[in-house]
Amino acid sequence: MAKLPKPDDLFNSIDYKIPSKKWEDVPPDLSDGKFCYPTKIKNLEYLSLPTTKGEWSPAEDDWKLPDNWETIVREGFKERLDKYRSLKVFMDICVRCGACADKCHFFIGTGDPKNMPVLRAELLRSIYRNDFTTAGRILGTIAGARKLTKDVIKEWFSYFYQCTECRRCSVYCPYGIDTAEITMMGRELLTLLGLNINWILEPAANCFRMGNHLGIQPHAFKDMVDFFCDDLEEITGVRINPSYNRKGAEILFITPSGDVFADPGTYTFMGYLLLFEHIGLDYTLSTYASEGGNFGLFTSSEMMKRLNAKMYAEAKRLGVKWILGGECGHMWRVIQQYMDTMNGPADFLESPVSPITGTKFENAASTKMVHIAEFTADLIRNGKLKLDPSRNDKHIVTFHDSCNPSRAMGMFEEPRYVLKNVCNHFYDMPEGTIREQTFCCGSGSGLNTEEIMDLRLRGGLPRANAVKHVHDKYGVNMLACVCAIDRAALPPLMNYWVPEVGVTGLHELVGNALVMEGETERTMNLRQEPLTEEEDETDE
Amino acid sequence: MATVEFEGNSFTVDEDGFIDNFTSWNNSWVKYVKTQEGIDELTKEHWDVINVLQDYYKKNGIAPMVRILSKLTGFKLKHIYELFPSGPGKGACKMAGLPKPTGCV
Repeated sequence: MAKLPKPDDLFNSIDYKIPSKKWEDVPPDLSDGKFCYPTKIKNLEYLSLPTTKGEWSPAEDDWKLPDNWETIVREGFKERLDKYRSLKVFMDICVRCGACADKCHFFIGTGDPKNMPVLRAELLRSIYRNDFTTAGRILGTIAGARKLTKDVIKEWFSYFYQCTECRRCSVYCPYGIDTAEITMMGRELLTLLGLNINWILEPAANCFRMGNHLGIQPHAFKDMVDFFCDDLEEITGVRINPSYNRKGAEILFITPSGDVFADPGTYTFMGYLLLFEHIGLDYTLSTYASEGGNFGLFTSSEMMKRLNAKMYAEAKRLGVKWILGGECGHMWRVIQQYMDTMNGPADFLESPVSPITGTKFENAASTKMVHIAEFTADLIRNGKLKLDPSRNDKHIVTFHDSCNPSRAMGMFEEPRYVLKNVCNHFYDMPEGTIREQTFCCGSGSGLNTEEIMDLRLRGGLPRANAVKHVHDKYGVNMLACVCAIDRAALPPLMNYWVPEVGVTGLHELVGNALVMEGETERTMNLRQEPLTEEEDETDE
Repeated sequence: MATVEFEGNSFTVDEDGFIDNFTSWNNSWVKYVKTQEGIDELTKEHWDVINVLQDYYKKNGIAPMVRILSKLTGFKLKHIYELFPSGPGKGACKMAGLPKPTGCV
């Protein structure tokens, strides 16, 4: 991995000058540290995806494309234009007004014009014009058309993996062009040639084999959750014994596997366990549907569908009434916008009703899946939780709206309502950087890989900048979020730009505040740190 | 994939320098990573970590989460960083021949 510059140097290196050359004449930077590692061929084979003619590297000239690569791309493009009306509309309708141009975190952090969403789309659109429109065929470059070449493929690879599919730009598009779907199509076409990245396909292959991105086997999954229960017993004095794959449970709970494996997500998982114990929920965990996330979404619609099918399949097998989903980001884009028609209808499930409050989650009537922030907000609103927010007093908290729960499902109030009830110090970041306009962590859509850390820190700069604002103004020292990629990506981002700020999941803070029946006096939070700063200091 | 030659052994490694297959791990690999990591001397504590990682991996097909590694070895995370300056993943797992975890991590 290339060495990282100092924050000030990185910040000052961003150049918004108008380039002297036309964009078509500027090749992508494919030097070390500027691209994600290509996928290992074993992962393509495992998922029955097309392969290149051999191992390749973006840094090399020959990408080992299949001999008929042009035909593959053209036919793949045509197939998708026929299949998705949206793609055709998005290709035709853009008037290049530029409303999206400065909305992308990668443009803000790199100054690279090809990270303007309009231009990123143009990379695909120019080929569309050339191959599929009469004007483009006749007028060529005058109509914004250009020929498909191997260099175009390289450009696609570079820039469709510099987009986190966060859809912030779409919010500002007067035509409502979903630029994430353009990136998704670009990545699909690349995948037809065997071009993909390992950070996406290894999790996808693991998920296909083992049910989760990390490849956690059933007995290891249980071991890890039992480990959390041991810690929880030490912290609260309460022993929790969750069930696994239990037929007849009322609710199936599914969360990203990052919460089972990686800190600080593991503390969020402990928060879930405390919450369910607190309300006596009749639920079960699954070692088969052991992943809420879906890196298929970042590969192709077909892969997304294959990996997602396990959720409904497991719900059906266990005979649960409905599914409760944990703090994951892109999982909710899949559920909210595709799952019902893609894997459903889930007519064997019931329309979700909270067994504790009787609240009917009308919004989840078709998918049968409820987001845990909604579920918990409803519990609090109905007075069902005994909370001591002072246990979170050392945290001055702000909330990062994770891109997909905010822009794909419109969830803005619930997490804030929960936060305001479980901690005493909460401050929002400035308008324009939160809710539907939230800035991406800079590492979503499978880009949370270390070899492109420079790009991730640039892409995360607008988010970090807004955090810095509330840190300077209110002393904010904790950034809460509802996404496992966030929990993996925000700690290094904060560490670089605003090192005084830590990262937590929403339900870690819920878990800290919950007063459990029969608990011993709480002196530690879920991280087994003292509850107050003073004790911290005497400790050291 | 690249190849590393060390003490007459040949290892296939990925871009991050992890060996591609756990079965090709041997003592020579440990010595090679030791030089890469800038570790002066391998102590019993280093080997405790390596053994725990390998036992866990053989049983579970995955590296242990950091907190489990800490519990099984009895070493605090800070001490693991002292032993392996690149950390439990990039340092210790690499030396033990385990693959790098992927996903939302």
